[in-house]
Amino acid sequence: MAQQTVLIGKHLEAGAKVVDFHGWDMPLHYGSQIEEHHTVRTDAGMFDVSHMTIVDLNGERTREFLRFLLANDVAKLTVPGKALYTGMLNEAGGVIDDLIVYFLSEDYFRLVVNSATREKDLAWINAQAKAFDVKVTERPEFAMIAVQGPNAKAKVATLLNDSQKAAVAGMKPFFGVQAGDLFIATTGYTGEDGYEIALPNEMAADFWQKLLDAGVKPAGLGARDTLRLEAGMNLYGQDMDETVSPLAANMGWTIAWEPSDRNFIGRAALEKQRAEGTFKLVGLVMEQKGVLRHGQKVVVEGGEGEITSGTFSPTLGYSIAMARVPATVGETAEVDIRGKLVPVKVVKPSFVRMGKKVI
Amino acid sequence: MSSIPQELKYAASHEWVRSEGNGVYTVGITEHAQDLLGDMVFVELPEVGDSVAQGDDVAVAESVKAASDIYAPISGEIVAINEALGDSPETVNSAPYTDGWMFKIKASDEAEVAALLDAAGYAAAIAE
Repeated sequence: MAQQTVLIGKHLEAGAKVVDFHGWDMPLHYGSQIEEHHTVRTDAGMFDVSHMTIVDLNGERTREFLRFLLANDVAKLTVPGKALYTGMLNEAGGVIDDLIVYFLSEDYFRLVVNSATREKDLAWINAQAKAFDVKVTERPEFAMIAVQGPNAKAKVATLLNDSQKAAVAGMKPFFGVQAGDLFIATTGYTGEDGYEIALPNEMAADFWQKLLDAGVKPAGLGARDTLRLEAGMNLYGQDMDETVSPLAANMGWTIAWEPSDRNFIGRAALEKQRAEGTFKLVGLVMEQKGVLRHGQKVVVEGGEGEITSGTFSPTLGYSIAMARVPATVGETAEVDIRGKLVPVKVVKPSFVRMGKKVI
Repeated sequence: MSSIPQELKYAASHEWVRSEGNGVYTVGITEHAQDLLGDMVFVELPEVGDSVAQGDDVAVAESVKAASDIYAPISGEIVAINEALGDSPETVNSAPYTDGWMFKIKASDEAEVAALLDAAGYAAAIAE
């Protein structure tokens, strides 16, 4: 029996095509995933992301614990509310999960981790937390709604009271703030402006309805995938997993090498990988007809790699992909599409941001 | 429940066939098929004049989800293709039985047409 979020009724009411997503009944689309994609790029769309796992960490040594647990360094988080994207690695330097960590107060940090990795994440975090006397509390009583798009913030604002408006006024990207019943964060998975809002389960359906009434359109997992891929954001389990180094997953920027005496899980393995060299994750662009897909073979200068995520880009009108290839890769490559080698351009893995083409 | 017009014939591989007279048959994919595939982004069609045998993969429907082969439901010669799908492949989603048609075949063996599924047979096939 699949799990359902508290918003399942709203999805069915809106005619969603519901599919199994790692054990959760989730909306794939509400009619057309391409229309939903365009809505997020040009106006405002919302996603039910209640399946994601919120984990609160409490204790005097929480910061010290996270500096050991995570490859990025929470020492960078000096202002309450500030968030950081990071990998959580194993000793071999493989990615257990990618997550966002929020600094709320010195003895209170919040993690938002993937739903597909929930159990292993919690087991790992709990095991590591013991030595630091950090209390690990999952927060299943919260639903989460991502409202994304150029008009997202303005439309959400119509639902906020004065003190909530004041709390989010001028909030920079990658911050989170508890404003009344809502935990409002300037984060997302689309490359657009917007919020991710955590709120008590019992308030979620009503809040969703108010967003609908404010003109925010529901969008499903299909649009979420094409939006994140255009934005060059990784999908855990597809673009990286426990067998993949963050250095080979375009996550090098999330590794805080300095200070060099900070010991974090996976550090020794990563230093070795960095010295020896790894594959790299690049972007591919194919302007001719056809669609690049996960698993297709990529032939580059000096070897072969594989597409980790590929799709038709609704914003660009042609296909884009992320591929893990030998670091010797040049400016072009060839992809094996159903037995035919098709030439593609190699670019940085980021295609569309804030509604604009960036390649 | 998706629409399955009574007057059409069907292949189990989700193509529909409509008689246009003179042994010419229009072919497209069913509403059920387009629903499984999701938003269409490219349709690769055969060329007019191609000789095809029943069961040959003659076209490719690329949706947001997957690339799917479209099979010739009957043997014959391709006598027309729906060029409009080049600019608006989404027509396959919005009007699978009308403007979203894919190609027309001049049948070489009418017995193949007679052996295709009727609406009830196709409905039973997709209910399995």
